[in-house]
Order: sequence, then structure tokens, then C-alpha cells
Amino acid sequence: MASPTSHPSVPRNPGMPLNLSWFDRIAVNTPAAQNRAAQLTTRRSLKKEWQAAWLVNAIRCIDLTTLAGDDTEARVARLCAKAKRPLADHILDGLGLDHVQTGAVCVYPTMVRAAVRALDGTGIPVASVATGFPAGLMPMNLRLAEILYAVEEGAAEIDIVITRAHVLEGNWQALYDEIAAMREACGDAHLKAILATGELGSLRNVYKASMVAMQAGADFIKTSTGKEGVNATLPVSLTMVRALREYGARTGYKIGFKPAGGLKTAKDALAWQILMREEMGTEWLQPHLFRIGASSLLGDIERQLEHHVTGRYASSSRHALA
Amino acid sequence: MPTVKEILETMDYGPAPESASEVTAWLQARGRFGHFIDGSFTEAGETFVSENPATGEALAQITQGTTKDIEVAVKAARKAAPKWAGLSGHERAKYLYAIARHLQKRARFLAVLETLDNGKPIRESRDIDIPLAIRHFYHHAGWAELVAEEFPNHAPHGVCGQIIPWNFPLLMLAWKVAPALAAGNTVVLKPAEFTSLTALAFAEICAEIGLPNGVVNIVTGDGATGAALVDAEVDKIAFTGSTEVGRIIRRATAGTGKALTLELGGKSPFIVFPDADLDAAVEGVVDAIWFNQGQVCCAGSRILVSEAVAQEFTARLTARLGKLRVGDPLDKCTDMGAIVHPTQLARIRDLVAQGEAAGATLIQPETQLPAKGSFFAPGLLTGAEPANPASVEEIFGPVATLTTFRTPSEAVQLANTTRYGLSASIWSENVTLAMDIAAQVKAGVVWINCTNQFDAAAGFGGMRESGFGREGGREGMLAYLKVPEPKRKPETKATDFTARPSPETPSAAAIDRTPKLYIGGKQTRPDSGQSYTIAVKGRELGLAPLGSRKDIRNAVEAAHKASGWGKQTGHNRAQVLYYIAENLAVRAEEFAARLKEAGHDPKEAEATVRRAFHYAAWADKFDGAVKSTQSAKITVAMNEPWGVMGIACPDAAPLLGFASLVLPAIAMGNRVVAVPAQSMPLLATDLYQVFDTSDLPSGVVNIVSGPRDELAKTLAQHDDVAAMWYCGSAEGRAMVEAESAGNLKASWVMENRDWAAAQGREFLSRATQIKTIWVPYGE
Repeated sequence: MASPTSHPSVPRNPGMPLNLSWFDRIAVNTPAAQNRAAQLTTRRSLKKEWQAAWLVNAIRCIDLTTLAGDDTEARVARLCAKAKRPLADHILDGLGLDHVQTGAVCVYPTMVRAAVRALDGTGIPVASVATGFPAGLMPMNLRLAEILYAVEEGAAEIDIVITRAHVLEGNWQALYDEIAAMREACGDAHLKAILATGELGSLRNVYKASMVAMQAGADFIKTSTGKEGVNATLPVSLTMVRALREYGARTGYKIGFKPAGGLKTAKDALAWQILMREEMGTEWLQPHLFRIGASSLLGDIERQLEHHVTGRYASSSRHALA
Repeated sequence: MPTVKEILETMDYGPAPESASEVTAWLQARGRFGHFIDGSFTEAGETFVSENPATGEALAQITQGTTKDIEVAVKAARKAAPKWAGLSGHERAKYLYAIARHLQKRARFLAVLETLDNGKPIRESRDIDIPLAIRHFYHHAGWAELVAEEFPNHAPHGVCGQIIPWNFPLLMLAWKVAPALAAGNTVVLKPAEFTSLTALAFAEICAEIGLPNGVVNIVTGDGATGAALVDAEVDKIAFTGSTEVGRIIRRATAGTGKALTLELGGKSPFIVFPDADLDAAVEGVVDAIWFNQGQVCCAGSRILVSEAVAQEFTARLTARLGKLRVGDPLDKCTDMGAIVHPTQLARIRDLVAQGEAAGATLIQPETQLPAKGSFFAPGLLTGAEPANPASVEEIFGPVATLTTFRTPSEAVQLANTTRYGLSASIWSENVTLAMDIAAQVKAGVVWINCTNQFDAAAGFGGMRESGFGREGGREGMLAYLKVPEPKRKPETKATDFTARPSPETPSAAAIDRTPKLYIGGKQTRPDSGQSYTIAVKGRELGLAPLGSRKDIRNAVEAAHKASGWGKQTGHNRAQVLYYIAENLAVRAEEFAARLKEAGHDPKEAEATVRRAFHYAAWADKFDGAVKSTQSAKITVAMNEPWGVMGIACPDAAPLLGFASLVLPAIAMGNRVVAVPAQSMPLLATDLYQVFDTSDLPSGVVNIVSGPRDELAKTLAQHDDVAAMWYCGSAEGRAMVEAESAGNLKASWVMENRDWAAAQGREFLSRATQIKTIWVPYGE
């Protein structure tokens, strides 16, 4: 299955040999990053039709996700139904749109088959977490086997987790080798490298891990599993986006970005899109280069869009459950 | 309006206008504005139009204040002053608190009004100007409460005349009015003629909270109104504006006894080292020069970037430039609004054209500027060498120059090669380097890895021709308080500087002594080759060298060479001062005898030993402070020496007067060119032998004897002398203040006084200037 993360005009990042000189002396000033992150949303504002359009765009970029211990095939089918039809018909009509669907559905490997079945014919890709998600502390052969399994089951995108220890120990070669091997195991499936930034200790480490992941061939870099104490934040995202911009400037390859965990409100969805537009440009507002990993976010967006359409504040009890 | 479907194609931001309806309704209801005097608005007089610079449309009719208006306002302030000063601090605090509260309740109204009147983006007035103004009143409500406790033996000046600029209208009003009121002064404030409206709204708030009549008076008008205020019967002038006007005000107030603080122009360096977070530094430039359309006195307008990263940095900065949105200031997506007035726009265009003509390249994004209104696209002048006029003149617009440097010391050299000294921004992840540069730049405010940070608790103000005095914090309060006048003592009679032999006053000395000038640690003959007779009651005590302009020049050069003195530890300077005391004590009897012979109090010798001990004690104790500003930002106020000071000593108390002025100056790390008591310089010339034996480094104290006012004039006019103290006649005091206008050196003039008690903190704070350093931290 062709993945929408691939795009005719965007050749896939082939990776490159590890090159420490691109990042080993990188300076990331945390207060300055926080200051910039805080200003992003005070310098830009979206109102009325524009706000509605940007919220719809956020839906197009959502990897609608369930990653819970109690997931069942029926639960996954329900999620897929929401992914196919994320907005109630009257909202869609009110917005003057024919069709909207999420960027992907993201599940555990054993749920991939159920998701693929539920999404048959929609073009919505199934993303699978793999490599011992969320901690990743499993033997390498098992992690690679998990990728092969998920691909075999029909996953078009694989969200891998990195070994945080490699970052904390500054073992960039090990990190590179690990991700490169995973990329190879993915084959045609696209690789999103989850850096688990909440556990990396500093923005400098976030930048370095981002650069190593891209050099190892990641198609996307992703902030978090959603299971760390701190997940996607704007300063972390800013740092990663600057890294992928730099990688693009040096290699010509466009890398996607996926914030995950912690984006819960429509306001968050706007903030991250403003970040992408300001730091990168409008191309990075499209699902082949931008995804939002989220579960509850869609509900809030749907409520805001209903308010936009009806002028009345909405109740989630009137919207289909994901 | 495009459909959602269409917007999904473009992903544009769309308009996000802030509503101006409340404000326009207020402006229409108010009609023509008079002044706010003695608690109510006067009838409008002859008026001029205040325009919205973004559209060119008229906003309001404002009254042009006359000399008579100023007189009436000053009279009202004078009448209100005793009662206001007599209120308890707590009572004044309640009024300031109420002002802060009411500003907060009217925040949105004021933000919109400010943006309409000034052209700045609503984001800035909403997120920066108005919140900082509110914070200033809260902070100073606190100072009002504490003033008696924290500033014992201080009193308000009385009536303060305050003149503010158009770039931050309400914020500058807050910076002026809040400390003045907290300290117990009453004020007459003149807003800038382009931007009077928030001041007039503020007047309504003063009325709204029931501020006693006459405590705050606002007279609108142009520069002529400001000049009338400077000339009026006020006790202090506080001015923020151009260096050019600051100089005029310095001359106009010279000799009047009016206290003066000036916050003037700047051409502040923005220094990027190769180990900086370059993306952060790029955003820093956005906040530095593309903030408030670059109309910021402390704007980082001279970007100095290491050659190692210059290309990369310029590329990123150019890319960032293209993302700035210029347009409707009321739109919440606007980064840059309108230039305040067409005249300012013309000035910016002119200076940028001059910069290009001198060889710089202008980089500007392809921006569609609005068809009407005063707009200028943000820009960057690369290849602007230090000699380029665009690198020298304050453009006061959204254009920075960019120059490269090779080494940190070259960066400092470039940074300090300017007549200004307001602020500096330093970008490096190496804290050792950043602090080293912070210590070396000549700037009143230094921002490390940040820029344009302000807080009511932190001092703000400049060095050199950026002015003197600080606003904010404890140092800002001191600018609105005075210490009681010391007991005055009459000046001694005039001295005869005749250089010809005077057989009518025969010498009494056994072996002839030859006092000389003391310059750079050497005893030197005066350039004139002449001496004058020092005589007491018809008897010659000796001949003193007759110093002149060239000796002053040489002495200042020698003082500059002794720059190591300011870098020594306080402890080391204390050691030298103690040693001076020790050696003086050994010769105390000789000095006492000399004083007696000269007709002065012999007890001066013993008192001078004590004074040396006093300032030795202080040398390592006049500490700076860490300010309570914002979270995760260390804000340090450091007391720095001026550098080279001129000191004209009283004619009375030839030993103690000299020591009382010179010792605190050198204790703080200054180097001094001193003119000793003109009628009796021999005590000072004897003293240099003590200096020589006390390990005082050469050039720290230089002594040029001769006609005081003539030598003081040369010192006051000297552009390489940073501060000037003068004790002497009324004409001399006026002369020193007026001549100090040349390089806007801080001057302290005083009448002769009882020198026995002349010591302590006041001398030390006069011997230093505060540098505020901001260091954000966080991993």
C-alpha cells in the first residue's frame, strides 16, 4: 500500500553515513527557545473561517491513535470509523466540505490487521508502533522482528522508539546503527523515529538525537510515545523542527515532523500548525510532512467546528465516539 | 471572504483585527482635548491634529501648550506638593495601587488606543507596553509604602517636569510618573505631540481614582511646550528622547539647581559569538530591531557577528526577515506596524539611503506594504563598515547594520566605538565569555542571550551620550529623591595667578621647595613653564605650578592609561587606601604644621587619615544587587566606576576637601584628574609624595594646580572624561553643567560645605554608575 507520507514531489530520505560534525557542537539555548515558543501563538491569530480551515487541516494531519493495554479489535474498528468520518455530517456541510479524514490510524502491531480491514478502501494508512514500544528495552532482534511483523500485517508506517540510553550516554554510533537497522527492516513502510524527548534531559540532546535519526534515514521525527512524563511541548518541537530544517538545507531531503502526546485542545492544534508554518512554510502543514499523534484532540476540534457552524457551544455527547 | 475549502488550499492566516470601536467612540465623545491641570481638563486652546500613522487619518485635536499653560500647571503642582509629600507612604501607596488596578481594568482600551495613536502592533501594546506600565505602578506602590524606611534622610525634589517620547507613550509615562509620585513629588508631564492620547486617558484614570488635584498635570504640545517646561519653576527635569534635545536641556538647566536625569539615544551592539545558538540569536534580532518598528532607544541596531558564523547567520536572518508581517497594527497577526509619523519615515529613508550610498547593501523582504500610512519594510544593512553613517547614526527605524569581527577583543572594540552606551546584547553559550564581554561593554543595560528585557525592579538607563540616571528599582527611586543640603560655607577669596616675581611677599622657607604637577605618577613642570605665588597674609609659602589646558590633556591621557585600577579587587584598592592613611599618619604632624602655616585648620590632617580609612573600608563593600524581576532570569545591578573623572576641589579645606572628593572616587575604581584648592595647592602637592610611597599606581590620581574654573572648563569640555565633580562658585557650577553637555558627562556640582561630615554612600553612588545585566537561565 502506498503511504500518504510519500508524495510524488518529495523523494524519500535515503539517510547518509553518520556525521557528528553536523550536531556535536550544537547550541540550543533553552530560555530563548521557550521565548520563541511563547511568542509563536501571540504573534499569530486565526479567526472565523480561517480558524475553521486550520482546524480541519489539523484533522487531516492527525494520526488517530489508540495505544492502550485494553485495546480490542472492536475498539480499533470504532476508532477507524471515526478516522473515516471524523466530523458529523452537519458540521461537514456547514463547512462546505465533501469529505475529511484523518492522516492515519496508529495502533499496536497486533491491532494492525484489524485496522487495515476496517480502513479498507479509504486510503487511510495504518501506522504501527513497534520496537518494544514505549520503552524500547527489548533485544534488537526482537525489535526488528516486531517491525517485520507489523509490516507483514499491513502497516504502512512504523513508529519506532529509540534507546534513550544511547542519547544519555552520548553513543551516537549505537543510536545511528539502531535506527538504520530499523529503517532497513521497514522496507517500503515509512519510519517515524520517536525520540521520547521527555527523557532526553536537554534540548541539545533533542537536537542531536533528531539529527542522528535523520542521518540514519528516518522519514519523520516524532517527539514522544505519549507515555513519558512530559510529551510534546512547543520548545521541544521548535528544536526538532529546526534540526529537520537544517537537515533539509544540507541534504535537500524533506523530513516530516510528528508531535505526539499532550496535544489535547483545538488551541494546541493551531499552535503547532503556526509553529510549522512560521519555521518551515505551508508545505509542512500537509500530512506527508506533518502529523499530530493524538486521541482526544479530535473531540475538541469537532466541538469547536460545530460551534463555528452553528454558533452554539457544543456537547461531545452529540458526537460519535472515537 | 474565502471559503474553508479555499483557505485549506492556501493555509493563509486571514485577518484578525482587534476592535477599535470603544476607543473611537471615546475619541468622538471627547472632541478636542485640553490639558489636564489641577485635577480637571482645561478648555481646548489652539489645537493640532493627532493622526493614526497607519492610515493618516485624524484621531483627535490636541491643544498646543503655551508658556502660560505650563506656568499654570507648575503652579498647580507646586500647590499640591506639600500635602502630597506630607502624606504617609502608605497613603501614597494606596493611590499608586489604585492607578495600577485601574490601568489593568482599562488594559484593552489603552492597548487599542496606543496602537491607533502610535502605529505599533497590537501584540506589542497588549503584551508588552501596557503590562509593563501596570507593573511599574504596582512596583512603585511598593516603594511609596517603603520610602521612609528604605530612604531615610531623603526628601522629594518637589515639582518634577517630565518630557517623554513617542515610542512607548504610556510606558514612558509610567516610568516617569510612578517613581516621582512614590517619592512624594508632584509632576507636570508633557507627552510627545505625536502620541498624547494615552497620557490623556491616563489623566482620566487619575481623576477616576480620586488622585488629589495637582499631583499629576499633563500639558500637551510640541518641543516649544517642552522647552517652556524645562525653563519653568520646577525642581527636577526628567527627559527621555534624543541626545540632541538632551544636550539642549543640559545647557538650559545648567546652574539653575534643577536636578536632571536624561535617557537618550543609542546605537546598541548586538554581538553574536560563534558558539551562540544562532536560531535564538536570529529571534533576538527580531525582538531587538524589528520590535516597535525599530523605534527603540535601546534597540540592538548594530549587529556584530563573528566571521566564523557570519555567512550562516546572515542567511538565517535574511530568511527570517521574509517571515515578518508588516501591516495593519490592529491586526493580531502583525509583527510590524506603522512608523510613528511621516517625518520619521523620511528620516529613516534618508539614513538608509546614506548607508547604501556609503557602500552597505540593504536586504529587505518582498513585502507588500499598505498603500496608505507610514510604513517601512524591515531591513538589514550588510557590509556596513564602522565608518558608514548608518553604523554611526541612530536610525530609529527597523533597519540594523551587520558587521563582522574576528576576536572577542575586536568585538568589544567595535561595540564600544560609539558615542552612545545604552544597552548591549551578547549571544554566546559560553558563560565565561559572555560575562567577560558584559563587563567590558560600555552600556547601562546588558542582555545575555536575550534582548529588550524590562522590569520595574531593574534599573534602565545609559552611559556616555545615552544619558545619566536610572529608571526602575531602587536606583530609579534615588533619581526622584534628594539628600538634605549640607551646611554651606562661604568660598574663599579670589587667587592671584600672576606669574611674574613678587618681591613684596618674601619666602620664609629654609630650603626652597619646588612643587610640581603630578601626572602619570611623575612630578612634571607645567606646560606653561610658569608658577604662581602662594601667599598667606602677605608671606610667600612657595610657588605653585600654573597648570593649563595642555597639562589637563596630558593628565587625562595618563589617567586613561591607568585603566587597570578599575579592574583591581576592592580589597586591593582598600590596601592602597590604608597604606595612604598609614603614610599620611606618619607625616600627620608635618601636614598639620603646613596647614597651620597656611592659615587652615591643622585638624584636617587627622581627619584626612580617617577619611582614607573610611573609603578603604568601603572599597570592597559598596555592593551591587540582584533584582527581583522575572522568573529564571538573573538580573544583576553592578556598580561600575565612571572611568576617568575630573574633580575640581574646594578652595577651603585644602587637604580634607581634596581627600573627601578624590578618595571615594578612587575607592570605586575611578582615575582622577584633580584640580586642588587654587589658593593653597601645596597640601595636595605634598600629598603626592604620600601617594608615591603608598603603592598607588601611576595615573590613578593626577594633580593639576592653577586657576580652578579655567581648568575645570577644560575638564568639563573634555570628551574623554566621563564624569565631573565641581565645588565652587555659582558661575563655575553653571559653567561646568553647561560645558558637560558636550559629551553629556554626568556632573555633580556643589557649594563649599563643612567637610568634616562629607563622606558616605552619596559620594560612592555619585562615583559609580549602575550596569544592569540580565542572564536568563534554564536547561
